[in-house]
Amino acid sequence: MDLVKLQRQLVDYRDSLYHECFLDEQFTQLQELQDENNPDFVVEVVSLFFEDSERLLNELTKALEQQSIDFKRVDAHVHQLKGSSSSIGAQRVQKSCIAFRNYCEEQNVEGCLTCLQLVRQEYYLVKSKLEALFKLEQQILSAGGSIPI
Amino acid sequence: MLCCWMARMMCMNCLISCQFKCTEAGLLGDSGCTKMLFKCWDKISTYGFKLHHHYYQLIGSKRVSKSWWRKLLLSWLIGWTVVSFWIFCYMSSQATEKRKETLASMCDERARMLQDQFNVSMNHIQAMSILISTFHHGKNPSAIDQTTFARYTERTSFERPLTSGVAYAVRVLHSEREQFEKHQGWTIKRMDTLEQNPVHKDDYNPDLWEPSPIQEEYVPVIFAQDIISHVISIDLLSGKEDRENVLRARKSGKGVLTAPFRLLKTNRLGVILTFAVYKRGLPLNATPNERIQATDGYLGGVFDVESLVEKLLQQLSSKQTILVNVLDTTNQSHPISMYGSNASDDGLELVSHLNFGDPFRKYEMRCRFKQKPPWPWLAITTSIGILVIALLVGHIFHATVNRIAKVEDDCHKMMELKKQAEAADVAKSQFLATVSHEIRTPMNGVLGMLHMLMDTDLDVTQLDYVRTAQASGKALVALINEVLDRAKIESGKLELEEVQFDLRAVLDDVLSLFSGKSQDKGVELAVYISDRVPEMLIGDPGRFRQIITNLMGNSIKFTEKGHVHVTVHLVEEVIDMIEVETESSPKNTLSGFPVADRRQSWKGFRSFSQEGSIHPFSDSIRLIVSVEDTGEGIPIEAQSRVFTPFMQVDPSISRTHGGTGIGLSISKCLVNLMKGEIGFVSIPKIGSTFTFTAVFSSSSSSSKSQQINNQANSVCSEFRGMRALVVDPRPVRAKVSRYHIQRLGIHVEVVSNWRQGLSVISQGSNVIHMVLMEQEIWDRDLNSSSLFIDNLEKIDHSTPPKVFLLSNSISSSGVNPSTSGVCNLTVIPKPLRTSMLAASLQRAMGDGNKGNPRNGELPSLSLRNLLLGRKILIVDDNNVNLKVAAGALKKYGADVVSASRGMEAIELLTPPHQFDACFMDIQMPEMDGFEATRRIRDSEQNINNRIHFGESSVETYNNVFNWHVPILAMTADVIQATHEECLRSDSVDMPMASIRSPLLWHALRHFNKLHFFPRVNIFL
Repeated sequence: MDLVKLQRQLVDYRDSLYHECFLDEQFTQLQELQDENNPDFVVEVVSLFFEDSERLLNELTKALEQQSIDFKRVDAHVHQLKGSSSSIGAQRVQKSCIAFRNYCEEQNVEGCLTCLQLVRQEYYLVKSKLEALFKLEQQILSAGGSIPI
Repeated sequence: MLCCWMARMMCMNCLISCQFKCTEAGLLGDSGCTKMLFKCWDKISTYGFKLHHHYYQLIGSKRVSKSWWRKLLLSWLIGWTVVSFWIFCYMSSQATEKRKETLASMCDERARMLQDQFNVSMNHIQAMSILISTFHHGKNPSAIDQTTFARYTERTSFERPLTSGVAYAVRVLHSEREQFEKHQGWTIKRMDTLEQNPVHKDDYNPDLWEPSPIQEEYVPVIFAQDIISHVISIDLLSGKEDRENVLRARKSGKGVLTAPFRLLKTNRLGVILTFAVYKRGLPLNATPNERIQATDGYLGGVFDVESLVEKLLQQLSSKQTILVNVLDTTNQSHPISMYGSNASDDGLELVSHLNFGDPFRKYEMRCRFKQKPPWPWLAITTSIGILVIALLVGHIFHATVNRIAKVEDDCHKMMELKKQAEAADVAKSQFLATVSHEIRTPMNGVLGMLHMLMDTDLDVTQLDYVRTAQASGKALVALINEVLDRAKIESGKLELEEVQFDLRAVLDDVLSLFSGKSQDKGVELAVYISDRVPEMLIGDPGRFRQIITNLMGNSIKFTEKGHVHVTVHLVEEVIDMIEVETESSPKNTLSGFPVADRRQSWKGFRSFSQEGSIHPFSDSIRLIVSVEDTGEGIPIEAQSRVFTPFMQVDPSISRTHGGTGIGLSISKCLVNLMKGEIGFVSIPKIGSTFTFTAVFSSSSSSSKSQQINNQANSVCSEFRGMRALVVDPRPVRAKVSRYHIQRLGIHVEVVSNWRQGLSVISQGSNVIHMVLMEQEIWDRDLNSSSLFIDNLEKIDHSTPPKVFLLSNSISSSGVNPSTSGVCNLTVIPKPLRTSMLAASLQRAMGDGNKGNPRNGELPSLSLRNLLLGRKILIVDDNNVNLKVAAGALKKYGADVVSASRGMEAIELLTPPHQFDACFMDIQMPEMDGFEATRRIRDSEQNINNRIHFGESSVETYNNVFNWHVPILAMTADVIQATHEECLRSDSVDMPMASIRSPLLWHALRHFNKLHFFPRVNIFL
């Protein structure tokens, strides 16, 4: 009873994430790569993404606080972030990264700062969403159910 | 030029007008004129300055120059109008002057004549006075009477053309009057009364005259010419004019003239000349008083001036043209007209002075023209002519300037249009490039998906559909690539690589590409490369291959029977051949069909004519490649546009044979980039031969590659030292066969039939290991063929030679029952390729344990099959990506090793290693994918060389002779022209993986891509 409800909740929640463009089909494919040989693949990848992204965001904040900004460095960081976000299918982070890179190319400090803010916001948003998603999955698994596809 | 000339004319113009003004102003005085001149000079110099100024501005600002031209034109016209007017004035004044001169000379002439004649008459009258004094007064009694005198004077009147009559009057004192009257028989009469009442000529009666009153002395006329005999007895002193005359004459002793007056009786104007007759002995320098005292009488001559002048003028020419007046101007205020009418109206009158010997009297002659002066036509026509010329010149200038302006405008427009056209062209190229690129990317996706679809469980129909879709997709991608190439070449962005490559391998690849098609059609396909062409060349193999593929593709497309033959030579070799080779027989071709003479195709090549300029020891290798076919040929009328893009012989071609017609134009461009030339000869119904040259540089690093037969190839080394016999009646085909077999290190002998072959085998000291026979011979006479086989076995050898059949098409050999009947016979399908040949030989010779060379057919492997058990290295600095990629590949059974830095990858990929492939991220910090790949290739090359040179043993390197790990690039940036860079980074087989995440279908795409790169396939 509870399990079925939970499973439906998970499906709805996941759909809403796709619907609101937090995630794209890349995430689906990521999930497809997960199998019995590699049961925690998605969580591993995503937590790696969180680690990586937080490090990059810190780096970016530091870099943009400098008196003379090394835009090349900033660009490289944003590129990294963009790459990893596209790898896990965090679409909105990826898109804000694209805008960020454009400002970076123009060497627009104001724009970069705004974008950093935006990226950070998007990142935390997607992070909380994913965490919620994993929590739900965890609940289902602990209840002895299987994750619906 | 025009401008300068105009300027000079302008200056002259100005100068002339100035001078003109000066002449007009000449009256004002010299100072005025100098001032004017100065001003003029000033003007000229400023003009000159302005001219230069304008000249330089002429090109700069059109508007200014235009208005300036207008001004110039206007001043030009005004100037010349003034000039022509001045010329008119000048010429007409000249004419007037001339007329005046003529008049003056005529007038003078008349005056001189009149004067002369008068003087002659006067002299004669003077002479007569001497006569009178001698014969009348000197003789007593007088020797002259009236009759004598009259007759004498009458007879001598021709001497005095101007006198109408002569009379002599004697001086009679009052004291002597009576005696005188008695003697003469008449009384002295007076004439003053007559003068007062002049009578008409007709009723003249001397008896009416009154006798003279008593005077102190009288001068009665005693002798007279008959014409004037009526004056006899008249006292001259009683006439006013006469008296004065008489008195002046005796006083001066010279001829004296009266004022003109009306003559008695005739009533015409006349002048009387009076001479005094003196007594003899009067000294020449006598005083007037003495003269008066010594006077005896007076001789008078009547001059009828009017008639005399008339007569005189009649003797002269052109009397009609002028009017003459003779005037007595003794009294200045009242000149007395002696001759001529007074009807003068025009101004032109000339005066000549006359001197008739009487200083007291003054005469003048006035002449004028009868007619008014004629119009000065010459001046008018001249000036109008000049004006007309000036106007015409002005018009020409005007027209020229207009024309120039128009042409300039047009030119500007053209430039604009040209720019637009060029911009449009650039835009077109860019559009093509962009669109092509954009199409290619999704197309790759489509192809990948199709490939994946083929791996799934499909029934036959579905598989057929998918195959068709994939074939179409591939064709589309190929077309797009061509268009992209074309656009790139047009925008000059295409650059050629400079890598070392094996020309023979490239041609083998191309041959394998077309082998299926040629076998289907039954067309014989052959490649021959001259021994003198070096093994390794430096250049762009991809582009070279593209040209060859294009030409061969065309040839095969249009050839239904016969052959397609590709020959590669050095240019120098061919030039030598031209000298040696005489007329080659048309039958001496690969398939026996006649072909177009390939020598015609390079007729227009420049490199042949300037052969001598190429240094023989230079690094450059000039190749000449001919592709000869026996197809349908190109119609004569279409031959001129063969290399024009998108131009096909006729639209139906594309329907029957497909293609866009862009291939040849791309080939031409590429050949040009390779500093070569392309040409062709084509005879309809016989065939075409395309020939191109290309310049490569020889790879000096591997000197031993110069000798083909020494090549260290693992595949063919086992055949080294073997001997083969080729049985082929056609030398050209035999040459091709020999070329391919020799590449395996096999010594080849060629015979034209099997009988000869048999004798070579039986008699030759060397063992023949294999016999390669053309199927043509085999089929021709099956009995003798089997006899040949039998004989071969009979010959006493340790192992009888293997017999191979060189067959054009697999199917025919399969059908042939006799072939299958003979066990010791292997069929080698044509076209001959070294790898194929080697495989066939190996199989037949029974020692095929060394490897399993593929025959070019790719097995259709599923992705899992492809990846299962493969050891793959993934290089990416992004941990997340690395993880995802590794996960994806692991899922398909690959053994994945991850590396996060380029240096790591280099270490891992230094031979010997176990990796089958490497996925590399392009954008990495420290060392990017390109750099890493380059280094990996360097180290591979290094090791390969060491193995080749025997410096390192093959065993150390896992028995691999040629290390070349396939490296696949990963990048997110599709748009960047990464593909080219991939190729340039010295890793020919580094294809573009166009999306970052190597997830399922992306990875598929990479591997699908690999199918386009046969060399990669071999190693995978």
